[in-house]
Amino acid sequence: MSEINIDMDGLLEMFFEEAEEHLTAFENGLLELEDAPGNLEVVARIFRAAHSIKGASGTFGLTEVTRFTHALETVLDRLRAGSLAYSRELAQVFLPSVDVLRGLVRAAREGTAAPPEAAQIRLALEAFVHTVPVTTTSTEPVAVKSGARDVIVRVLPKLEFMSRGMDPLAILRDLADFGEIVSRDVDATSVPELDVLDPEQMHLSFRIGLRTEKTDAEIAEVFAFVDDLCAFKIEEVAVPVRAAATEIEPAPVEPGPVTVKDAANSAKNPGAPAGTIRVSTEKVDKLLDLVSEIVIAQAMIVDATRDRGNEAETRLNEALLSLDRHTRELQERVMSIRMVPLASVFGRLPRMVRDLASAVGKKVRLVVEGEGTEIDKSMVEQLSDPLTHLVRNAVDHGLEFPEDRIKKGKPEEGIVRIRAFHQGGNVIIEVSDDGKGLDTAQIRDKAERLGFVSPEAVLTSEQIHDFIFHAGFSTAAKVTDVSGRGVGMDVVKRNVEALKGSLSLSTQLGSGTAMRLRLPLTLAIVDGLAVRVGRQTFVVPLLSVLESFRPSPAQVRGVLGTSEVIDMRGTSVPMVRLHELMSEPDAERDPSRALLCIVEANGTNLALLVDDVIGQAQFVVKSLEVNYRKVNYLMGATILGDGRVAMIIDVQSLARNTPRAGAITDVSALASHSASEAA
Amino acid sequence: MSKVALVVDDSMIIRKMVSQTLVKLGFEVIDAPDGMAGLEAATGKELALIITDYNMPRMNGLELIKELRALPGHKFTPVVFLTTEMEERLRNEARAAGATAWIVKPFHPDKVVAVVQKLAA
Repeated sequence: MSEINIDMDGLLEMFFEEAEEHLTAFENGLLELEDAPGNLEVVARIFRAAHSIKGASGTFGLTEVTRFTHALETVLDRLRAGSLAYSRELAQVFLPSVDVLRGLVRAAREGTAAPPEAAQIRLALEAFVHTVPVTTTSTEPVAVKSGARDVIVRVLPKLEFMSRGMDPLAILRDLADFGEIVSRDVDATSVPELDVLDPEQMHLSFRIGLRTEKTDAEIAEVFAFVDDLCAFKIEEVAVPVRAAATEIEPAPVEPGPVTVKDAANSAKNPGAPAGTIRVSTEKVDKLLDLVSEIVIAQAMIVDATRDRGNEAETRLNEALLSLDRHTRELQERVMSIRMVPLASVFGRLPRMVRDLASAVGKKVRLVVEGEGTEIDKSMVEQLSDPLTHLVRNAVDHGLEFPEDRIKKGKPEEGIVRIRAFHQGGNVIIEVSDDGKGLDTAQIRDKAERLGFVSPEAVLTSEQIHDFIFHAGFSTAAKVTDVSGRGVGMDVVKRNVEALKGSLSLSTQLGSGTAMRLRLPLTLAIVDGLAVRVGRQTFVVPLLSVLESFRPSPAQVRGVLGTSEVIDMRGTSVPMVRLHELMSEPDAERDPSRALLCIVEANGTNLALLVDDVIGQAQFVVKSLEVNYRKVNYLMGATILGDGRVAMIIDVQSLARNTPRAGAITDVSALASHSASEAA
Repeated sequence: MSKVALVVDDSMIIRKMVSQTLVKLGFEVIDAPDGMAGLEAATGKELALIITDYNMPRMNGLELIKELRALPGHKFTPVVFLTTEMEERLRNEARAAGATAWIVKPFHPDKVVAVVQKLAA
């Protein structure tokens, strides 16, 4: 209707974050209420939390969350209005309801299963509204006259119960009018798997413990209207049915995935989560910043006292070495606070794979290993897209159809495996399939047709496979609506490179493909090569560096278009004069008397002209955007051991758009500042 | 001349969603997290539109509308009242207090567009 386009996805993410805050407020409010049950201000606060979650969840179509918060809100509204009193029984439903709600929100966010006890707790909440008459607001149990007996009423609605317009809750409500409900259980064991579930069918049955004076015949009247749609059974119990206080037990449903376990754990121990605290990311970032400063200060001391050779200073050096060790450890530990397990990204994949597999008609088993592997929190979110895409690709393009697999003598069910692990300061994530593998000849054929390579060129199969990472290359015979969303492997590669990672693949025709993501643990520190250009020092991220060497005059070729190129074993590599780019006058201009540092990004090689290579080290990345402003071709700054500021080169942006000379003039002034001025 | 709208809601999400929508409709938007802050923001300012939630801390939406109508500058400013289906009884109260229109939560941004366009027409 309108051209108004609202970023609903962004808002949804915001909703999830806000919901977390409301949940915390909700939980804290409940705990306050335990101590001061009559405090209406607290009730109003809790009500608002539930109300806010409900209001926004409806907008995003999170039906389960809306339904649950609606039940909560209704009870809280009664509480607020004074028509329902806060009781121990109510508290016993409220506290687990926080966990259920948290579980529901998480389920919506990560696409995992909803907590199995959700329906039961919701029924319990609703029962408070329906069973407690306005007059009985005391916390004492409803007085039961003599002659009352305890019965168990089993309510067994038929499958078509709801599709014929009946409301199972109406029956429960009617029963509640007959006396006191002392227990209620929902049997959800016959609820089928989600993919075959018809939501209009009734799969639940109920077991209601009722303390009543009514006769069996009177109770049976409740079912008169629905007798062909609902079976029932009334059993007298000798001993009183379970006390209301213990009514909330896990529903007799198989335990689901991780989220459920969390909910169950915290339900046992409400208010005291197992040894964790919530700390804002900002605080952690500040802490990390401080630690980085200490690391730098420490490096400055080492630098200042180096090579003095003095006897007395040997002791100082030893002390410094020990300080070095401890600061490094401190840094690692503070950084580890920011680390979160990859499980949060992996969690969304099983559902996606299942939906996708059934959409394209394939049989897929997803195997996930190493979901406990940790990575910096800020990277987790950006990892979701490329990873989803790789898994999608594996299912859609990698695996064969069941009939083809059988013909090839493979099991009908294909396997997509995700494996994450740490390796030498990096996180490796592998997405592999046991599908058809890449067809080298077919890729080469296509690359030639697209003009990426001449028919005469001699290429290794690795080089040929690399073409799939080129923009505009897609080997899918037809674009499916699954993978062909206009996003190619080139975008995946770019996303990964934005995370300072790399993407590589290995494949075997007929037996599968493995994509390998290599990512740094954090973006706060970069492994870099320090290079000198004139009086300035620059840092080149080590991941991009292929090699460095001094070219012979013959290797430097004149002008191709407007730029100079270096002849490297027969291929031409464009040369970037860093001194021109950074307006540094005192640098060596003759390549054969300087050094070339060959870097690679987005499949492009560049030769950076530098005076000297100083060495490799870890550098703490300081954001230019935060401290100064965004500067093209630079990904940040760092402070060197001698206190000077060095710029970190953004190889990706250089490779995307080879710049003109003098593109950056303002950082040389910045770089000549001392660390204290910069801070 | 740019039209200024005020969005009052204690939920950041709703504030953002409504604000984004209004910005796309050409409004300049200010927002407030509760009635009290909303009243402060509205006082002495020329506003083309006010959208307020009902249930908020410090001062609810109904009280806000009453206070606004008592201000000389906002006797006729269009006020859209956000309610949930549960608060249906509030609609009449809101109308009596001076609300111009209401939107039932949950709602989609399109609904805001429709209501605002109707008010502007």
